[in-house]
Amino acid sequence: MTRDEALFEFLLRMGDNTLILGHRVSEWCGHSPVLEEDIALANTALDMIGQTQLWLGLAGEVEGKGRTADNLAFLRDAWDFRNVLMVELPNGDFGQTLMRQFLYDAWSFVMTDWLKGSSDPRIAAIAEKAHKEVTYHLERSGDTVIGLGDGTEESHSRMQAALDYLYPYCGEMFEKDKSDELLAEAGIAPDPTELRPEYDDIVGRVLAEATLAIPGGSYVHKGGRNGRMHTEHLGHLLTSMQWLQRAYPGAAW
Amino acid sequence: MAKPTVDQVWEWLDAVPDPEIPVISLVDLGIIRGVEWQGETLIVSVTPTYSGCPATSIINLDIEIALRGHGIEKLELKRQISPPWTTNWLTEKGRAKLEDYGIAPPQPAGGPSRCPQCHSSNLERISQFGSTPCKATWRCRDCLEPFDYFKCI
Repeated sequence: MTRDEALFEFLLRMGDNTLILGHRVSEWCGHSPVLEEDIALANTALDMIGQTQLWLGLAGEVEGKGRTADNLAFLRDAWDFRNVLMVELPNGDFGQTLMRQFLYDAWSFVMTDWLKGSSDPRIAAIAEKAHKEVTYHLERSGDTVIGLGDGTEESHSRMQAALDYLYPYCGEMFEKDKSDELLAEAGIAPDPTELRPEYDDIVGRVLAEATLAIPGGSYVHKGGRNGRMHTEHLGHLLTSMQWLQRAYPGAAW
Repeated sequence: MAKPTVDQVWEWLDAVPDPEIPVISLVDLGIIRGVEWQGETLIVSVTPTYSGCPATSIINLDIEIALRGHGIEKLELKRQISPPWTTNWLTEKGRAKLEDYGIAPPQPAGGPSRCPQCHSSNLERISQFGSTPCKATWRCRDCLEPFDYFKCI
C-alpha cells in the first residue's frame, strides 16, 4: 500500500462518516419534537454535508482518477463505503439520535483537534474549519444528553437504553490498521487508539452528569470502517440518498 | 477597456449583497479574502462562512454576474478555506447594518450585548441554531421580541 492509497482510504473514512451521519440526521427535518430542535438538527446535518464536500473532494483529488465529491457520494455502492457502523444505524427516537450525535461529536472533536496539526496542510485546513463547527455540535449534543439523561424517569430510561444500544459501536472509531500506521508514521493522521483517553474523558464527564451508566462488556461492532461488512441499513439509506442518480444516471442540476 | 484597479474591484464587490442577509455586502461579511490580477485574469478568493452554507454557490454566482457586468472577462474564483472564516472579519459598517436590520452582531463574550429592538441587555438564549447556519436564536426579556444573533466563530 502506498501512502496515497492510505490517504485515500483515510479521507473516505472521514467523508463517509460525515456524509452518512449527515444524511441520517437530515431525516429529522420536519419531524423533530419542537421547532428549535428541528432547526438545530437540520443545521447540524448541513455542517456535516459541508464537511463531506471537503473530505471527499480531497479524496477524489488524491485518488487522481477525476472523481469529484459528488461522484464518490452518489456513484458508489455499499461495499465501497468506509463509515463506521454507528452512523448508518436508523435514528431511533429523538433521544437515541442525540446520544449517537454526542458519541460521534466527541470523537470528531478529538480527531479534528489532532488533525489541525497534520503534516499535510490540505488536511490541516479542512480540520481547522470543521473543528469550529464540531465544537458547537458537541456543546449542544452534550447539553441535550445531560438534559434528557438527568431529566424525567421516562427520558432517563430512554437515554440509558440508547447508550446501552450504541456504546458497543464506539470502539470501531478507534480501530487501527495498516493504512492508519502508515499515516501516523508520516504525521498525517493520528494513531486512532491514541485518541481514546481524551474521548473517554469527555464522554465520561458528560454521562456522569447525565446520571447515565456506561455499559460494561468489551464487545465491539465493527466492519464498516474497513469495508468488510456493513449493516443491512446502509443499503436502504443509499437507495434513498442515491435515488436520483440511480434513476437518471448523470442527471445534473 | 483598461484594466480596473484592485481597489475598484473591491468597491464593486462591496455593492454585492449577501444573498441571505441582503443589508450587508459580501465585503462586509468578510468572506472576500483577496483580489488580484494575474496577467489578464482577475483572481477573487472567497472563503465559506460555514462549510455547508448553501449560499456559497449563489455567492459565487452573484460575484461572477456583478464583475462580468462591469466588463471583467477573465475571472477566476478561488475557494480558500484556511485560515477559516471568523466573525472578527465582519466590518464595523456591516455590524452596524446588521443591528439596524434586527440581527444582533457577534460579540467576543459569545452572546449578544443588547436587544436590537429596544437595546435592553436582559436577554435569554432560545437555541444555538437559527434561520441560517451563522445565526442563533435569542429573545429579549423586556420587549419579549425574539431575534437572530450572528453567532461568534
